Amino acid sequence: MTSEFAVELRDVVKKFITPEGAELNAVDHVTMQIKNGEFFSMLGSSGCGKTTSLRMIAGFEWATEGEVYIEGKAMGRTPPFQRRVNTVFQNYALFQHLTVYENVAFGLEMERVGKDDIKRRAGQALEMVQLIGMDRRKPNQLSGGQQQRVALARALVKTPNVLLLDEPLGALDLKLRKEMQLELKALQQRLGITFIYVTHDQEEALTMSDRIAVMSKGKIQQIGVPVEVYERPANKFVADFIGESNFLAGRIESISENEASVFIQDLNAAVIGTPISDGLIKGEAVVVCIRPEKIRISEKGALNQKLFPGKVTNTIYIGADTHVFVDAFGAKLKVWEQNRVSRLDPKSFYMVGQEVWLALMPENTLVLKKD
Amino acid sequence: MLKRLRENKSAQGTLLALPTTLWLFILLVVPLFLTLVISFGRRGIDGNVTFVFDQNHTPFDNYIRLFGYSVTNCHSGQAACFDPLYVNILWRSLALAFNTTTLVILLAYPLAYFIARARPKQRNMYLLMVLIPLWTNFVIRVYAWMILLRKEGSINIVIGWVMRWLNIPFTPLEMLYTPGAVLVGMVYEFLPFMILPIYTSLEKIDPSLYEAAADLGANPLKTFFRVTLPLSMPGVVAGTILVFIPVMGTFIVSDILGGRQVILVGNLIQRQFLDARDPTFGSAASLILMIMTLIVTYFYTRKFGFGEEIVVA
Repeated sequence: MTSEFAVELRDVVKKFITPEGAELNAVDHVTMQIKNGEFFSMLGSSGCGKTTSLRMIAGFEWATEGEVYIEGKAMGRTPPFQRRVNTVFQNYALFQHLTVYENVAFGLEMERVGKDDIKRRAGQALEMVQLIGMDRRKPNQLSGGQQQRVALARALVKTPNVLLLDEPLGALDLKLRKEMQLELKALQQRLGITFIYVTHDQEEALTMSDRIAVMSKGKIQQIGVPVEVYERPANKFVADFIGESNFLAGRIESISENEASVFIQDLNAAVIGTPISDGLIKGEAVVVCIRPEKIRISEKGALNQKLFPGKVTNTIYIGADTHVFVDAFGAKLKVWEQNRVSRLDPKSFYMVGQEVWLALMPENTLVLKKD
Repeated sequence: MLKRLRENKSAQGTLLALPTTLWLFILLVVPLFLTLVISFGRRGIDGNVTFVFDQNHTPFDNYIRLFGYSVTNCHSGQAACFDPLYVNILWRSLALAFNTTTLVILLAYPLAYFIARARPKQRNMYLLMVLIPLWTNFVIRVYAWMILLRKEGSINIVIGWVMRWLNIPFTPLEMLYTPGAVLVGMVYEFLPFMILPIYTSLEKIDPSLYEAAADLGANPLKTFFRVTLPLSMPGVVAGTILVFIPVMGTFIVSDILGGRQVILVGNLIQRQFLDARDPTFGSAASLILMIMTLIVTYFYTRKFGFGEEIVVA
């Protein structure tokens, strides 16, 4: 292997002309380095540029500016059939006129692999995705999950160094999707090949990925391991997109390396938080982000810099958790309480109208730039 | 009574199928039966159809004559001989239908492919261009080809200009009233009936399949032969049926562009009914034409299907 990176995007721009004639940067100066053997996810809502980025790696689209490198080689306008990457398509794109076996053998025939080799390798690929005995069926005789496996086998049989997956589990039902997530992750670890995975499902990305690139409006918002992305979101967008957050607008009163005191208008008080964004300065308007499960709620307390009184406005019991909505001086906060004790008495839960105290711990209170 | 009908599913089915059955019976079964009956008759002295037979006349005379048995066109001294006149006509019709269909496929496929790959806006315009000639009468369109193919026609004029410019002596080509002219006319007339089904089947192919093929290492040529062509075969099959069957029976093109020199089975039938006033022989020829077409279509559809996928899928 010639390069440390399996795939690298350097300052890539992809411009599209909208039907109205306007120019649109579907991918806007994206740079990312995907290491060999990494499970790398591109996460974002539709239109964020994740699929376009993937298609540029596959060769279906060409970058308007910048360059895509695969194994250290600049790809330029190399067509897809000359790139050593393979794709699992969102709608599987199976050849309906061919059997499952013929679908899997297709890529090997294109490489002019010998007949016996094709037979052996296609057999192995079908075994790997547990489709033994299905090889003579047509794709439309298979369930969605099985078709998904055929698409996977068809790409993997080519033994690519990089496998591109475009929302491959999007069409499956939740239970099957969760199974396939773990299966895919196990497969990737066993084969040791690089997976570049496009998804809009944050939970899926967190479950499977070594690293995640969160994208929005064609730009990368943050690249990091799942813990980083969730616990230290780079900006308000990431904090909002991944998981849920309470956002409070405020202004920095004082700031040091590890701590910032932020005056929150709604609370009419200052909270102590951890500065996350770079280059925060005193007097700057910021947002404070607190995850709902990281707010501690209790019935008793006293006013200080970390404890704030509030009134319960609503509670929702959802099984594992109870979501408590609290109004603290007009700041509306959601708090997730884990239901650690099995109980039935409704009075043992927080009641609407009840006075409570919320603890906002500095390490859970993230100070972010306002956009 | 209505209430009882509401509960009787099978009576409902019969009742619903009745109009169609009646229609088919009156318009298809009865005429076919009449044709069959008439084909066993013979032309009477005053041009009527008789079913009176004697030593020299059997009910199968028309069929025997069609397949070459002759008592009139023989060398002197022979009572009966083989006259290939009608067999040749049948064979010529079959060969022409085959050639026309093949040429139409070869011309229509690239056109349909081009239209299917065009941008949506242009695609509609191209389709319109395919369809517009169909708004004009069939006969008029064939006459247009006379103007093009005549000795003093547009094609000869243009070639003449070019030749004069190149200083090559040129005598106008005799194109009209040749088998070639008939073939050109046939191909022209039936091209849209091939373009449209092929276009439909091409247009239905999910573009991501092309990407998948490329992704798996197929260059554009391999993608075409391994993915595009097999997936568009239903369109080719449907188009073939739409073209082959009418070409087998048509007589206008060969009449106008063949100048009565190129006689097809369609012309034979037409002349038996209108000129020779022998509906019995015309009926026999009609039935033989039908049987020939059915046989070819039967073997073809057994091998390739009806192309019904483009309707169903």
